[in-house]
Amino acid sequence: MTSILALDPAWWQQTFLIKVPIGLLAVLLPAGTIVYLYLFKAVSFMQSRLGPMEAGPYGSMQLLAEVGKWLQKEDIFPTKADKFVFAAAPFVVLMSTFLLVVILPAGPDATFVNLDVGIYFAMAVSSVSVIGILMAGWASANKYSLLGGIRAAGQLIAYELPLILAVVGVVIQAGTMNMQGIVLSQAEGEIFGWGGIGNPFILTQFIGFFIFMVAVQAELTQAPFDMPVAESELVTGYLTEYSGIRFLLFFIGEFASAGVFSAIAAVLFFGGWYVPGIDPTNDIFNVIGPLILAGKMMAIAFLIFWFRFTFPRFREDQLQRLAWKFLIPLSLANIALTGVLKVVL
Amino acid sequence: MATTESDQMAYIAAQAADARVNVEVETDEGMTLNLGPQHPATHGTLRIVAKLDGEKVLAAEPIMGYMHRGYEKLTEVRTYPQVTTLVNRIDWLGSFANEVPFILAAEQLMEVEAPPRAQWIRTVLFELSRIANISLFLGDMAVQVGATTPVFYAFRDREFVLNQIERVTGGRFHPNFDRIGGLKDDLPKGWIEETGAVLGKMRDFCDEMEELVLGNEIFQARTRGIGVIPPDVALSYGLSGANLRASGIDWDIRRDANVGLVYDEVDWKVWTHPDGDSFSRFWVRLQETREAINILEQLLGGIPSGPIMAKVPRIIKVPAGEAYVATENPLGEMGFYVVSQGDLTPFRVKIRSASFSNMSITPWLLKGVFVPDIISILASLYFILGDIDR
Repeated sequence: MTSILALDPAWWQQTFLIKVPIGLLAVLLPAGTIVYLYLFKAVSFMQSRLGPMEAGPYGSMQLLAEVGKWLQKEDIFPTKADKFVFAAAPFVVLMSTFLLVVILPAGPDATFVNLDVGIYFAMAVSSVSVIGILMAGWASANKYSLLGGIRAAGQLIAYELPLILAVVGVVIQAGTMNMQGIVLSQAEGEIFGWGGIGNPFILTQFIGFFIFMVAVQAELTQAPFDMPVAESELVTGYLTEYSGIRFLLFFIGEFASAGVFSAIAAVLFFGGWYVPGIDPTNDIFNVIGPLILAGKMMAIAFLIFWFRFTFPRFREDQLQRLAWKFLIPLSLANIALTGVLKVVL
Repeated sequence: MATTESDQMAYIAAQAADARVNVEVETDEGMTLNLGPQHPATHGTLRIVAKLDGEKVLAAEPIMGYMHRGYEKLTEVRTYPQVTTLVNRIDWLGSFANEVPFILAAEQLMEVEAPPRAQWIRTVLFELSRIANISLFLGDMAVQVGATTPVFYAFRDREFVLNQIERVTGGRFHPNFDRIGGLKDDLPKGWIEETGAVLGKMRDFCDEMEELVLGNEIFQARTRGIGVIPPDVALSYGLSGANLRASGIDWDIRRDANVGLVYDEVDWKVWTHPDGDSFSRFWVRLQETREAINILEQLLGGIPSGPIMAKVPRIIKVPAGEAYVATENPLGEMGFYVVSQGDLTPFRVKIRSASFSNMSITPWLLKGVFVPDIISILASLYFILGDIDR
C-alpha cells in the first residue's frame, strides 16, 4: 500500500478539488500575462508609447484595476435583446477555452485528461466558440452586432478547415492523435539518425505551422482577420452591446484562447514540455514541464500580437478567398507531401 | 398654429418624425445601417445612412450639419482681424492654411500687399500646416483599414511640426497669426535650422509610411480598385485637392492660380495618379507631403530680409467691394468670397471649403461597395468635420 505522503501522480489527477483550481489557473494566468505583457506593454513599445505605468511597478497591476472596473459596471441588457441568449453567450465562448485547456499535456504525468484523440477533441471544441459568438451577435438586437456575428461565423467556419488540415500533417508524422504521444514522438525522434534535439515538427511541418498560425489568427479574430470586431466600421462587432462582467468574460475568452492556441502550437510543432538534453521519461519534467510549455507558449503568442498590431485587416470576401483558394489547397498539398515522405522514408 | 404647450410638443414631435422618415430610407428590401453621428470611423459627427443588402451597399447618403457652428454668419459680427480666430477652426488640423485665403481676400479689397518676407513666411507656415495635416491622414487611413500602429507614428512625428508652428505663432492648433498686410511677428532665432532638422524627420516619416502602409499587400488589396472616381465624375462633383489629382487631373491652385504666395520662386512638381482609387489618393497625398518638404527646404534657404508688415491703418476698414480668393489647402480648394460695404465687419462671407464638396460625391461613390469599403473610401477622401460643417 502506497503511503499518502509519497507523491503519486495518479492521486492528484483524480482529485477534482485540485484539478479545478489548476484548470482555472491554467486559463487565467496565461491570459493575464498575455494581456499585460503583450496587449499593454509590447504593443505600447511598438507604438512608441509607454503603456500603463501608474498601477503597480511598470503598470503591472493595471489588469487588476481594469478587472475591478469591469466588475463594478452595471450589467446592461439592451431593451430588445434576447435576454437569456445574450447572458449565456460569453459563457459558451469561455467554455470552449476551458475545454481546450484540459487536453494540454504539461509534463509526462501532468495532464488533466490524456485522451487518445486529444488533438481531434481540441479541434472539435474550438468550434464551440462560434456558437457563442453567433449567439452574442444575434441576441444583442443591434445591426452592428449582427453583421459582426455573421462575419465571425463565416470566418471561423472558413478557417476551421485549414486549422484542422494543418494539424493532419503533424498527426501523420507523429502517428498518433494523443497530445502526449505527439510530444513524445518529437522528444524521441531523430533527424537523419541524430537524436540530439529530438525532432521538433517545426523542421518538417513549417508549412503546417504557417497555416496553423494564420488560421489561429483568424480563429481568434485578431488583425489582419479582425473583420468581425472591426472597430473602425462595426464599432466592436458582436461585442458592441456588452459591458461590465460579460465583456470581461469575452475578454478573458479571447486572450485565454490566444494562450491555449499558442500552447497547442507549442505542443504540435515545438515539442511541448520537452527540452533537449533531459530524458523525456524523467520526472523532473512534471515540475519544469509547465514552465517550459509556458515559455514556448508566450514566444508563439508574441507572434500573434506582433501581427495583430502591424497589419491592416482583410475585407470579408478577401479573407474567405485566402482561406478557400490559398490555405486549404496549400494544406492539402502539405498533407500529400507529408504522407508520401512518411511512406518513402 | 398651436398655442398650448402640449400642442406645441405634438407639433414638434410630428416634425421630428417627418425628418426621421425622410432620412432613413427604410424599405422592404435590405437593411438600413446608420453609421454615426457617433461612430469610430467618422472622427467627428458625420452621419451616413446606408441601405444594405447583406454586406453590399445599395444606397448611401451622408447627413451633414451635426457640427455646424455658423461661421459664415458669425463673421458678419466680427471685425476683420477677429475673423481669423474663427476660420482657424474650420480645418482644425491645418489651421494656419485657413487664415491665408481670408486675409488675402481682405488684402485684395484693401489693395495692400504684404512685404516679401511676410509672403515667404506665410508660404512656409502654409506648407508646414499642410504637412501637419496630411501626416495625420497617412496614419488615419491605416487605422481605418485596420492597422493600429501607424497612427501613433503619425501623431508622434506630427508633434515636431506642430512644435515648430507653435514656436513661431504661439499656438499649436490655432495660430491666429496672419494679419491683413503681413504677419504678427517675425520668426524666432534659430527657427530655420530647427525646422530643417524637423523636415528631415518628416522625410523619414514619409519613408516609414511608404514601407509600413503603402507597401503592405493587405493595404493594397483593400484600396486598389476600390472607390474609383473617373476624371469627368471628379470634375462634375467639384472635387479638389489630392482627390482631384488622384483621378489624373493636373490641377493645383498653387501652380495654376496662385495668389499672394511665393510658389513661383521654388522648383516643385504637382503629383497626379491615373487610377482614381483609394490607393492613388493615399499615394498622391504621400507624394505631396514629400513635395511640401521639398518646397519648404527651398523656401527656408531663401527667406528675404525686410519688414513683415505693410503699412495698414490701425483700425481696419475695408473698402466696399467683392473678392474671391482660393488657395490650395491641405484638404483641397478653400476659397473665401468676401463682400464688404466699407464697414469694420464683412457684410457677407461665403466659405468654399474642400471637404464639403468632396463629401458630395459619396452617394455616387458608395453605391455598390461593401460595408468595409465605406470606411476605407471615406478615409481616402479625407474630410475634416469642421471643414464640412463650418
